[in-house]
Amino acid sequence: MNAPLRRVGVVALVLFAMLFVNLNYRQVVKADDYRTHPRNGRVQASEYERARGKIINAQGIAIADSQETGDTLKFLRTYPLKDKYAHVVGFKPVNLGATALEKLNNDFLVGTSDKQAADRIAGLFTGKDPAGGNVLLTLSQATQEAAYTQLGNNKLKVKSGAVVALNPETGAVLAEVSLPSYDPNLLSTHDINAAGANYKKLDSDPAKPMLNRAVQEIYPPGSTFKIITAAAAMSVDSSLTPDATVQGGEFYQPPQTSSFRIKNAHEGICPEQLTLKQALTVSCNTVFARMGVERIGAERLKAMAQAFGFETEPRFIEDQDKNYCNVAASHTGPMTAGANNVVDPPAVAQSSIGQREVKMSPLQGAMIAATVANGGREMQPYIVDRLQNADLSNADRTDPKELRRPISGDVAANLQQMMFSVVTSRDGTGRSAAVPGLQVGGKTGTAEDGDDAGDHGWFIGFAMKDGKPVVSVAVFLENAGKGGSAEAARIAGLVMKAYADEKGIK
Amino acid sequence: MTATAIPSPSPTDPGGGAGAPRPHTRRNVELGLLLFVAAILVVYAAVVEGNAIGEVTPDFWVQIAILAVIFAVAHLAIRFLAPYADPVILPTVALINGIGVAFLRRLDLARTKAPLRADLSVFGGDGFRQLGWTAAAIIGAIILMLIVRDHRSLSRYAYTLGLAGIVLVLIPAVLPARFSSINGAKLWIKFPGFSIQPGEFAKICLLVFFAYYLVRKREVLSMASKRFLGIDFPRGRDLGPVVLVWLLSLMVLIFEKDLGTSLMYFGMFVVTLYIATVRVSWLIIGLGFFLGGAFLAYFLGKTVGGPFLNFSERATTWLDPFADADNKGYQLVQSLLGLGTGGLTGAGPGAGQPTKVPEVRTDFIFSGLGEEIGLFGLTALLVTYLLLVERGLRAAINVRDSFGKLFAGGLAFTLGLQVFVIVGGISQLIPLTGQTTPFLSAGGSSLVANWLLIGLLLRISDASRRPAGGAPSIGLGGVSTGGGGGAPVQIQELPTEVVR
Repeated sequence: MNAPLRRVGVVALVLFAMLFVNLNYRQVVKADDYRTHPRNGRVQASEYERARGKIINAQGIAIADSQETGDTLKFLRTYPLKDKYAHVVGFKPVNLGATALEKLNNDFLVGTSDKQAADRIAGLFTGKDPAGGNVLLTLSQATQEAAYTQLGNNKLKVKSGAVVALNPETGAVLAEVSLPSYDPNLLSTHDINAAGANYKKLDSDPAKPMLNRAVQEIYPPGSTFKIITAAAAMSVDSSLTPDATVQGGEFYQPPQTSSFRIKNAHEGICPEQLTLKQALTVSCNTVFARMGVERIGAERLKAMAQAFGFETEPRFIEDQDKNYCNVAASHTGPMTAGANNVVDPPAVAQSSIGQREVKMSPLQGAMIAATVANGGREMQPYIVDRLQNADLSNADRTDPKELRRPISGDVAANLQQMMFSVVTSRDGTGRSAAVPGLQVGGKTGTAEDGDDAGDHGWFIGFAMKDGKPVVSVAVFLENAGKGGSAEAARIAGLVMKAYADEKGIK
Repeated sequence: MTATAIPSPSPTDPGGGAGAPRPHTRRNVELGLLLFVAAILVVYAAVVEGNAIGEVTPDFWVQIAILAVIFAVAHLAIRFLAPYADPVILPTVALINGIGVAFLRRLDLARTKAPLRADLSVFGGDGFRQLGWTAAAIIGAIILMLIVRDHRSLSRYAYTLGLAGIVLVLIPAVLPARFSSINGAKLWIKFPGFSIQPGEFAKICLLVFFAYYLVRKREVLSMASKRFLGIDFPRGRDLGPVVLVWLLSLMVLIFEKDLGTSLMYFGMFVVTLYIATVRVSWLIIGLGFFLGGAFLAYFLGKTVGGPFLNFSERATTWLDPFADADNKGYQLVQSLLGLGTGGLTGAGPGAGQPTKVPEVRTDFIFSGLGEEIGLFGLTALLVTYLLLVERGLRAAINVRDSFGKLFAGGLAFTLGLQVFVIVGGISQLIPLTGQTTPFLSAGGSSLVANWLLIGLLLRISDASRRPAGGAPSIGLGGVSTGGGGGAPVQIQELPTEVVR
């Protein structure tokens, strides 16, 4: 019986070898995944041994700071501006995963990033404790403040919405606000139980305060999408200029349909014949629906939307690999019907005016306006301007990056002209966006969103000075109801004015 | 004693041929190893306090000192009761047991608010309770060695013990859930204030029976009838006992809702069967039966539900614990995250947050340890377990009687299998089951039962290394050349005899 006993010994050896190999897999191969897993509630006490770096806006004001506590966890993460920057910056709780920029830059803020390796090695010799670095953002104090205040105090008393402001020439995010917001200090508190309870409360709040409506959600864009329809039409047919005559009318009935009809927001705004510019100025549904079906077609409409960034997540440059900021891709939907995916003219007609299955994020809206203002060059958005070592030397700087050129300079110039008209014409829908001293262009949007709740109000636009783009903005008012787009335009104007004033552009 | 008789009784004793008339008992080696273990434990306890409290308190050594006294008593008892026993067995168990006590003490600290930790009494908490159980378990093992002076005498009570084993296994299944169910596994008998896990004791009882039964029946069971793919398969009518044990373990699986225990009993039986018959076919049949049974239970759980539901849920959790990370997968997810956080070197004893893992005192103690001592530490622990298993198997190889071989082999392998089942479970190698980690997990039943097992293993090891002159059965000298006259039955292995 000794031979089988020896073999049983080998079996035991094999069983233990399996355990050993599996433990290697869990503790070495998967170690980083598990250590940084959002469900891993372990307090990384070592991260609290020294001050976590600050997160600072473009005006040098700290959005996230560290306060000495004299407790086991030596530093408390604080957010002095409370809920104003909550969604952009995220939060760093003791026992949950950090979010957004706090998560993305965690290593650098703590001081363990590869970029700080030289510092750490130097620290070995100088005896100086390596400290966390600072993260400097592109966000402009005045713009963010204006966006937060004006959106919050909107005249329609709408509770939720978003504002995104971009520098059209670089893609730098100047403001990013989502409402309702929350105070991240509630989550970073060292009282773990309170933090957990606060998180649960925020998470279960039906108003979804932790949702970043500016980048994370997509909504029907309504008439703001007509910019893409117009861009597609003008790219297809170069003879189509803002002054070219197009067919309008009270109704549009696509071919091969009997009961389906597109009509305008109001009767009488849209004559049978009018210029393309006028059609955009008064937001004529019948013109753009007809153009979508008869001149452009589903494929080219979708292609133009994709050229502007639809179907792709518009990730921030620094967040390109991880998407910790959770930016969502905008979609056009298939515009087909039936099992065979045949192009459905009513679907194309509705999609051309930003309805049906077309969904867009406020960030994408701001990017579209920025691209038009920037002569057709779409820049990749970014929020982190610089990473700064503890000794205030630069560790890294984000270089602006051109993403795509969805439209030619001519088409961009035409669109600019048409969008100026929306704000400057007596019958334009976006008059309330006007800012004295700046050339403001834009497009309003009123979008039905299925349910009985009020329509969403949109405005996407830009301000230029002496032919150069200054700022682009998207304002979104969720379920705003009547007057939503005009109010969105008014807020957009104030946000753009705040940025221009801060920059001294008059 | 003639000179020719000397080599045969102590074949593995390197000191045996050194010219001394009496082979070394190697008790001093054991003492040395125990001192080494005590040193490791003292350092571990000090590091725990340094990390968890921030200072090493003046009485950090108290629990380890008590443990050292307990192990010293065990050592002295072995000097008298089993002087020739393998000197490695006690120190390996002492190391694992000691780490268990120290880690439970560490968990006591973790549950105390930071400022109060320095004042936490060493005479309380789970650590001290485990210390008490260790003392009780070792006293139990010593008493067992006192009673059982010759392991072969156990075979006389084989049927009684076998029946007792089955009763012990089945009590929790028969009892209503409120008296027997903890965390979904019906493995307990709950008394007010404490609970015992009868299955831990049933293990040993059943092994005695298996060993006895298989020694008796091995000729029949190793009879081959069909040859398939070069492997001899037994006759259909000889499958009876295997099917019976299989049914028993399936009942355990279904009614006690515990795959681990079921796997333990069945694995134990199949392996002893294999050792007895040297038929690989039994291993294949056994594995096939078990996998088939488990798959059937999984399938029935998916379709029929009812008593099978628990198992299929566990299997689903095993396949993707993160799918339901907040409920069914919570334990396993937290266990994996703990292991991952520990990484290669671990956070250091006392520096992790093992209380994030549920049931870290019992089922998940290995992942709690993994976070703090890392892969290096866990590997050291696994090697210690493996050493213990291999030493047990060596005792089985060296002991001269069939019953002892089967019994010791079964004991050693069962221990290894239990470690495999629980450590594999908490690290997502196999579906998670409610087994205790031998000598580590908090809990009296497991500790006492496993120390009794060690007591028996020491007894057999003693018999295997005892020189012929000191053995209770005189007259073994000539046996190595053929059937010995005065030897007890089944003293010699003649596997060729049974093939017809």
